[in-house]
Amino acid sequence: MPPAIRVHQVAKRYGDVEALAGVDLEIADGEFFGLLGPNGAGKTTLISALAGLVRPDSGTLEVMGHDVQSDYRNARRMLGVVPQELVFDPFFSVRETLQIQAGYFGIAKSPARENWIDEILENLDLTSKAGANMRTLSGGMKRRVLVAQALVHRPPVIVLDEPTAGVDVELRQTLWQFIRRLNREGNTIVLTTHYLEEAESLCGRIAMLKAGRVVALDSTANLLRRCAGHSLRLRLAGGQPPPVLRERGEEKDGLWSIVFDRYEEIETLLAQLRNAGCTIDELEIGKPDLEDVFVSVMQGRLGAARP
Amino acid sequence: MSGFTTLLYKEVLRFWKVGFQTVAAPVLTAMLYLLIFSHVLESRVRVYDTVSYTAFLVPGLVMMSLLQNAFANSSSSLIQSKVTGNIVFVLLPPISYREFYGAYVLAAIVRGLVVGAGVLIATAWFAPLNFEQPLWVVVFAIIGGAVLGSLGVIAGIWADKFDQLAAFQNFLIMPLTFLSGVFYSIHSLPPFWQQVSHFNPVFYMIDGFRYGFFGRSDVSPWQSLAVVACCLGLLAALTLTMLKSGYKLRN
Repeated sequence: MPPAIRVHQVAKRYGDVEALAGVDLEIADGEFFGLLGPNGAGKTTLISALAGLVRPDSGTLEVMGHDVQSDYRNARRMLGVVPQELVFDPFFSVRETLQIQAGYFGIAKSPARENWIDEILENLDLTSKAGANMRTLSGGMKRRVLVAQALVHRPPVIVLDEPTAGVDVELRQTLWQFIRRLNREGNTIVLTTHYLEEAESLCGRIAMLKAGRVVALDSTANLLRRCAGHSLRLRLAGGQPPPVLRERGEEKDGLWSIVFDRYEEIETLLAQLRNAGCTIDELEIGKPDLEDVFVSVMQGRLGAARP
Repeated sequence: MSGFTTLLYKEVLRFWKVGFQTVAAPVLTAMLYLLIFSHVLESRVRVYDTVSYTAFLVPGLVMMSLLQNAFANSSSSLIQSKVTGNIVFVLLPPISYREFYGAYVLAAIVRGLVVGAGVLIATAWFAPLNFEQPLWVVVFAIIGGAVLGSLGVIAGIWADKFDQLAAFQNFLIMPLTFLSGVFYSIHSLPPFWQQVSHFNPVFYMIDGFRYGFFGRSDVSPWQSLAVVACCLGLLAALTLTMLKSGYKLRN
């Protein structure tokens, strides 16, 4: 069984800008994969190269074992892309848009096609808008139609390029519910997003891109583990901060923060504080989140790529 | 339904949905030309012995409208899709560059034929028309539409902005179609301008098309056909090369 996506040594340059500098990546069939990175890191270029919208200067890309250049027809049939830009064709209604998009993929009009379109519309809360012209829809509705268009030919691999940028909570929940279901049913999902909490809760594995290079690649759990980000944050009601705080902690506006690796250390820390006669006014334990990992990776504080 | 037929259907549906602007408007424009020019020139100009000026003008206007609208269809559809970004919907599916070209050019021909038929129906009342050689009418209508449809694809892909497309239209397409013998026979021109007209491919489209109506023309219809077919071959090759390379579309 070939991987859902295989990217081999892909490079792309726009003038002086190196958008992709030899990217290698493999995404297994059925994964929920996150592609993260700051603006200009090369995420969209990589997705565009995968979708055949951009031709790389060198390297190869495959979707379900089909080369996106030499076997583009099969590769494109296997791929559904939700573009980042909010684009639409103002001449058509929602249903017409979906029927035309299905037709582009060679899916003739049939009860099965119409049923699938109805199902997508229902799952994305678009049924009441099926007959509405695209021009009359709100931004969030247009975004839903973009998702529907990407799914209309039942692609096994679905790429969502920042699908929740600027959309309300309701749509995010509807969308993720549906995408999770598609993933459970065996579809491979590749997601790029700036909402790191979304990536953390959804993606099983994550690649981080920086300046066209993969700088971190691991399971979400491993990435979180690698960042020693557990911290005890506390505010003292009175008394002098004991040496342990001054040595290991950092203070900002009276709030002390101490980084620790294992939970057992908390007991020792608290005992030391008690012995020093400190009264604690406020206390919380901070868990590492993907944002910490992301910042560490981007600043080069966390190790290199680990496939 | 294949990707090709869907793209063709979508392109036809696109102009049909705004038919008032894409079909009715050019028909009205052609009628205004006919009313004004025939009123002013009917008694002063006689091109062929047996053909009145108005009758001479009608096929020219039909072909001019057909050609201009074939160009407008492919060029405006592409530039709109590029500027709004929805061209991505056509680039993501498994549609080959040949199918892409075929669908846009065929849709352009359809628009040209619809407008041309509209102009013919609206203006034929003003002058008796013969269809001496109807096959020539059809051949030149289709090949002429394909030439301008291809030019429209080239312009639509090349232009990044609407004003660049407008420049292409105003500085190339309009002079070529207006100075092609729509309103006059080139035999009425001074020798120098007659020679210049022979370098204008649109002249051959109009002349050959008109031959189908009257069995008379400035040059042989076979010569016109050769010139127009060569133009189509060259433009098709150029457009297909552009599309295959992904020029401006897949970059």
